[in-house]
Amino acid sequence: MAKGRVYFHIDQCKACGLCVKFCPKGILGLDEIVLNTLGYHPISILRAEECSGCGICALMCPDLIIEVEKE
Amino acid sequence: MEKILMKGNEALAEGAIIAGCKAFFGYPITPSSEIAEYMARKFPKIDGVFVQAESELAAINMVYGGAATGHRVMTASSGPGISLKQEGISFIAEAELPCLIVNVSRGGPGLGGIQPAQSDYFQATRGGGHGDYRLIVLAPSGVQEMMDFAIEGFDLADRYRTPVMIMAEGTLGQMMEPIIVREPVIQFYDKPWATNGCQGREPNIVNTLHLSADYLEERNHHLQKKYDAIASREKRAESYLTEDADLVVVAFGLMARIAKKAVMEARKSGIKVGLIRPITLWPFPDAEISKAAQTTKRFLSVEISMGQMIEDIRLAVAGRVPVDFFGRIGITPNPEEVFRAIMQVAEREGI
Amino acid sequence: MKVVAKRPESLKDNKFHYCPGCTHGIIHRLVAECLDELSLRESAIGICPVGCAVLAYDYFNCDMLEAAHGRAPAIATGIKRLLPDRTVFTYQGDGDLASIGMGEIIHASLRGEKITVIFVNNAIYGMTGGQMAPTTLLGQVTTTSPYGRKKEWEGYPAKMAELLAQSEGSAYICRTSVHNPANILKTKKAIMKALKIQQAGLGFTMVEILSTCPTNWGLGPLEALEWLEYNMIPYYPLGELKVKEVE
Ligand SMILES: Cc1ncc(C[n+]2csc(CCOP(=O)(O)OP(=O)(O)O)c2C)c(N)n1
Ligand code: SF4
Ligand code: SF4
Ligand code: SF4
Ligand SMILES: [Mg+2]
Repeated sequence: MAKGRVYFHIDQCKACGLCVKFCPKGILGLDEIVLNTLGYHPISILRAEECSGCGICALMCPDLIIEVEKE
Repeated sequence: MEKILMKGNEALAEGAIIAGCKAFFGYPITPSSEIAEYMARKFPKIDGVFVQAESELAAINMVYGGAATGHRVMTASSGPGISLKQEGISFIAEAELPCLIVNVSRGGPGLGGIQPAQSDYFQATRGGGHGDYRLIVLAPSGVQEMMDFAIEGFDLADRYRTPVMIMAEGTLGQMMEPIIVREPVIQFYDKPWATNGCQGREPNIVNTLHLSADYLEERNHHLQKKYDAIASREKRAESYLTEDADLVVVAFGLMARIAKKAVMEARKSGIKVGLIRPITLWPFPDAEISKAAQTTKRFLSVEISMGQMIEDIRLAVAGRVPVDFFGRIGITPNPEEVFRAIMQVAEREGI
Repeated sequence: MKVVAKRPESLKDNKFHYCPGCTHGIIHRLVAECLDELSLRESAIGICPVGCAVLAYDYFNCDMLEAAHGRAPAIATGIKRLLPDRTVFTYQGDGDLASIGMGEIIHASLRGEKITVIFVNNAIYGMTGGQMAPTTLLGQVTTTSPYGRKKEWEGYPAKMAELLAQSEGSAYICRTSVHNPANILKTKKAIMKALKIQQAGLGFTMVEILSTCPTNWGLGPLEALEWLEYNMIPYYPLGELKVKEVE
């Protein structure tokens, strides 16, 4: 079971990659297939089970795309 | 009622306090500084705010912030200072923030001189800053009106959510006359738009940026409608002996009082001359002028400038009769000079 | 499950217009979180600059005013003097604050105005398309310093935090950055402290925040964070420059 859970408002993600770069677990990535309404490949989680719920991705995100919960 | 002797600038300042003005933001400049000095003495004792700003730019923006809180606030300055305030006045007009701006005017252009003048007429009545906006401009002609127009100015400002300017020649600020001190204003307008903290309501925004072309135009139509309403309701003028006049002198401010003496003198010499004194410079009392144009043979605009109000008179007259000009700058024409100017026109034109 | 990160109440639901990776967005969020945590949303009055943050009134969920370019500190003065128990903040860029608004900011500080200034230093004029700012670094290429800023021609970059720390009226002056998580947390602490010092009525407070402008620096969002770290921080050292402690 993952300790943390992340939710994305992917329609507003600008694919800047800041969250991806700073996630200590390296479990975030831009979705290479999907395009959002802004025309970007939005954020996605690659290995949800490894999320620690540290909140660093949300801390880095300039567009408040990410909500984080922790056990 | 008992009258007390007061100086024009101080009567204006006291009038503002009577009107419930809570803050003054200014920067010293002759001949308006006494208003600031009066407020600096008075406000600390009555829980008001006085700030000597670092510049007129800052002062007018403090007025913007102060007015946005919903309180009655003001500033006062002269020529070069009023020029610096134009940026802020344009913003205040568009943000529809009520406030009082006083121009105790002096001669320009440039640094000009500290002598009384009316040469900021264009600046005051045409808007002054960028964009399509107007100020209500009141021109007192005596110390009593310095007080009364401050009170009325605040009322007009709140009623129409618009900046109001009082334009008074420097002499009026310095003059002492006995006046009746008015009763304090106790009833104020509701200001649900004020940015004073959003407790218990949705946040308010005071803003002048309109990126959508349609909305920008809509805003301009909104302002224009308001200016039209002001123009239809608030034009003020005083007419004196105009019914049978063959020559109508037009003058405002203290100049109008001087011109009135000259008109009385000319009447004694048998000349049928009258006087119209615009009290609101904007909206300009064009109906009063237009009415006189039906019966008089000529107008004579008397100004302490090189001729600015004459353009508004000509617009109102619409070519029906000629409009002459007499003006000086640096020196306020005395009654004899105006009398001579009247007689000259009368003789030349066989009036 | 406990909520670690969610949208603060002090931000409206509107989505930011900022370029991808622009750290203006991070700074907005931090200010809003501080207003939330200090329960100031309903007593806060904010003033937006002219600059990329001109639309901040659409983002902050409190009473907001839009200022003429550089004049926010004067507007804040007018508000705070009349409503001393409200929390008044300005949000200003480096062109707004350090160039056209230099007079207003210095005098607000000298007068000890009890306001909080959020000063976003991105070393460039973002909104108008990348012209030189007073904070542009020596050698930095902009559209109006196309050969790189030269001290002989354009003089030296303005160190606003140092300048304003000299003023007796300043109660809290701090420079922070938002180029990584640790510094974002420090920035939030600094904003909290500034707001508390404002509430305590100790004087003028400002947090200068080094921020990126990927678009006009011509860099990707991640490269921009690095550029900030390696070029801006050496010239604009981080830390508190003036602190009047709240008793
Ligand atoms: C009086 C005036 N002069 C110039 C401008 C044009 N202008 C708009 S924003 C800006 C610079 C903004 O740069 P900065 O303050 O650094 O903010 P940023 O966009 O970088 O966040 C300028 C010069 C203006 N709006 N008003
Ligand atoms: S909460 Fe932490 S571990 Fe989970 S995705 Fe975000 S940064 Fe990665
Ligand atoms: S930081 Fe935010 S906007 Fe940028 S990629 Fe991640 S979720 Fe998207
Ligand atoms: S131009 Fe620069 S400062 Fe402005 S939003 Fe884009 S990246 Fe941010
Ligand atoms: Mg900038």
